[in-house]
Amino acid sequence: MSAGGIRPPRPFPDAARETLQDTQMRRNLKHATTTIREKRLRAVAELPDWEEIRTRGAALKDVALADLAEHLLMLEASVKRRGGQVHWARDGKEARRIVADLAAAHGAKEIIKVKSISSDEIELNAELEARGIHAVETDLAELIVQLAGDTPSHILVPAIHKNRAEIRELFRRELGADLPTDEPKVLAEAARLYLREKFLTTKVAVSGANFAIAATGTVCIVESEGNGRMCLTLPDVLISVMGIEKVLPEWADIAPFMQLLPRSSTAERMNPYTSFWSGVTPGDGPQEFHLVLLDNGRTDVLADKVGRETLRCIRCSACLNVCPVYERAGGHAYGSVYPGPIGAILTPQLLQLEDDNANSLPWASSLCGACYDACPVKINIPEILIYLRGQITPHKTPNAESIAMKTAAWIFNEPFRFEGALKLARIGQGPLVQHGAIHALPGLLGGWTSSRNLPAFPAKSFRELWREEGQHG
Amino acid sequence: MGNEARLEILTRINRATAAGERPQVERTAVPASVRPHAEIVAQFAEYAAEYRAEVHRVSEAELAALLTKLLAAQNVLVPEGFPAQVLLQLTPRKPQATHADLAAYDAVLTTCAVAIAETGTVVLDHGPGQGRRALTLIPDRHICVVRSEQVVESVPQAVAALQAAVEAGRPLTWISGPSATSDIELSRVEGVHGPRRLEIVLVE
Repeated sequence: MSAGGIRPPRPFPDAARETLQDTQMRRNLKHATTTIREKRLRAVAELPDWEEIRTRGAALKDVALADLAEHLLMLEASVKRRGGQVHWARDGKEARRIVADLAAAHGAKEIIKVKSISSDEIELNAELEARGIHAVETDLAELIVQLAGDTPSHILVPAIHKNRAEIRELFRRELGADLPTDEPKVLAEAARLYLREKFLTTKVAVSGANFAIAATGTVCIVESEGNGRMCLTLPDVLISVMGIEKVLPEWADIAPFMQLLPRSSTAERMNPYTSFWSGVTPGDGPQEFHLVLLDNGRTDVLADKVGRETLRCIRCSACLNVCPVYERAGGHAYGSVYPGPIGAILTPQLLQLEDDNANSLPWASSLCGACYDACPVKINIPEILIYLRGQITPHKTPNAESIAMKTAAWIFNEPFRFEGALKLARIGQGPLVQHGAIHALPGLLGGWTSSRNLPAFPAKSFRELWREEGQHG
Repeated sequence: MGNEARLEILTRINRATAAGERPQVERTAVPASVRPHAEIVAQFAEYAAEYRAEVHRVSEAELAALLTKLLAAQNVLVPEGFPAQVLLQLTPRKPQATHADLAAYDAVLTTCAVAIAETGTVVLDHGPGQGRRALTLIPDRHICVVRSEQVVESVPQAVAALQAAVEAGRPLTWISGPSATSDIELSRVEGVHGPRRLEIVLVE
């Protein structure tokens, strides 16, 4: 089951204490996030006006949100004009009932799904299963998570915590696939073969939506594999579940987001496939289209003048990939389909700051600010984290801060790892030290030393000296 | 239930946004490129190739011969509206409706609506010569003819060029290289569900 919902089953510190034990997961995550961080910086550096594009993206989202009711009504009218149907859902329960009723009305026993966090948010798959309808996840990572009976741990790559060897084992067991190696190419081919028949024969598909254009009734899905195109094109019926904050007023407004999203998420100039459609296209694709507009706590976030900025999020996952806490604790520690820094502010707000477990999330941060720098729509995550701490502490969960601070200390100050890092630093600094100081750090660290020197690491750390002294004395 | 939910959500939104300030954003025309067009076209070819599209650069006079060579011994689907003068022995046909029929084709040959240099992207608006969406999705090889005058420099320029198609209700498919995934350890692998081969014939 890939649907985890947004209600953390326990507080972050408890969950993190457990996930921190999983060294394989930590290695997998570190490998993946390190790779993507470097690639993202290169992709962003190619656009000289990146900062202006970010500012524009943020401003367009603010404009869209400031008159959200008007834009949603316009979207509804445009989609209807193009032959689509629009449904409104106040909460997850209402949304999943709408989708399940539609699928059942078409006699579907099986539906195909494009990766959709909003459908995971509303725990759609469980509702469908309960009504005898099997949802087949078609995104490779979602399929991995579904076959493993796992939950997603990353917005973009839900199976980021699994490495190729683990995935090979899973496909062997669950798909009976004959896999000569664990090369990603071989694994992707196994998924292609498994899903091909389903794409060609399944009659109902469910998707999310990355963006929607109010003026033209156009919905957008950004993807890589082509599973999205398959689901959006081949079935007879398409049902798209969309958070109300995804709407943009005009067609031209999509431009900065098609620059910001691919470079921030997969660190590509452009993702392989993006589909846009407006209602029903006669003679092309599904001839029945339903758009489900989901509130589920978003109007509460909108009502909060500080927290509202959270709704700019385009789900790129750049903030996850740069976060030191996410990299160590992993996505599962957040207990929500929205993990990482954005999850730490979005999850508790979607739950009206009334869920004690979710209320521990704003402390799952060292406030280092890397997420704010990486965010393509300039969500000031550190500021909102501090604001939420203030909202929560006095009257909701008085112990959250002390518990979370202890965990943070535990994550960062694990003695053997700290010492290990220092030893590595001493060995690695050799070529960089001049006159007892480091004047220029290599690569990405260069920013730190461009205006200041770093004292060289001493031959022995205080910890080591203390231990030795202790032995002599 | 439906109307009640709609009314409640809209009321909640209006309550949430009533008092706030109204941020403004300027919507000005997208500036034209200052770089020479030949340079922009060359960048498109380079970036498309970096995403593992096979790029062929030909003159108008060489086009027919290249297509003949590429499509030899292939069962090729050619959507209606593909320009007749480069068709040679290929005949456009209206493919039968079923997906299984489409799966029997080796390749599909189309035109495009616009191409983007800064991302190496081709965009289909599924107008004449491009066919409905399934045609360029099911066959395993997609050959797309791009004319150099269709290449724009930036994403905002492409969005502006596509305004009329979107307003006319046409779907769009943006294609940047063949189908790919980054789902295993965040490293890009080509060839998942969409066509595993994308060939771009750039006519200059």
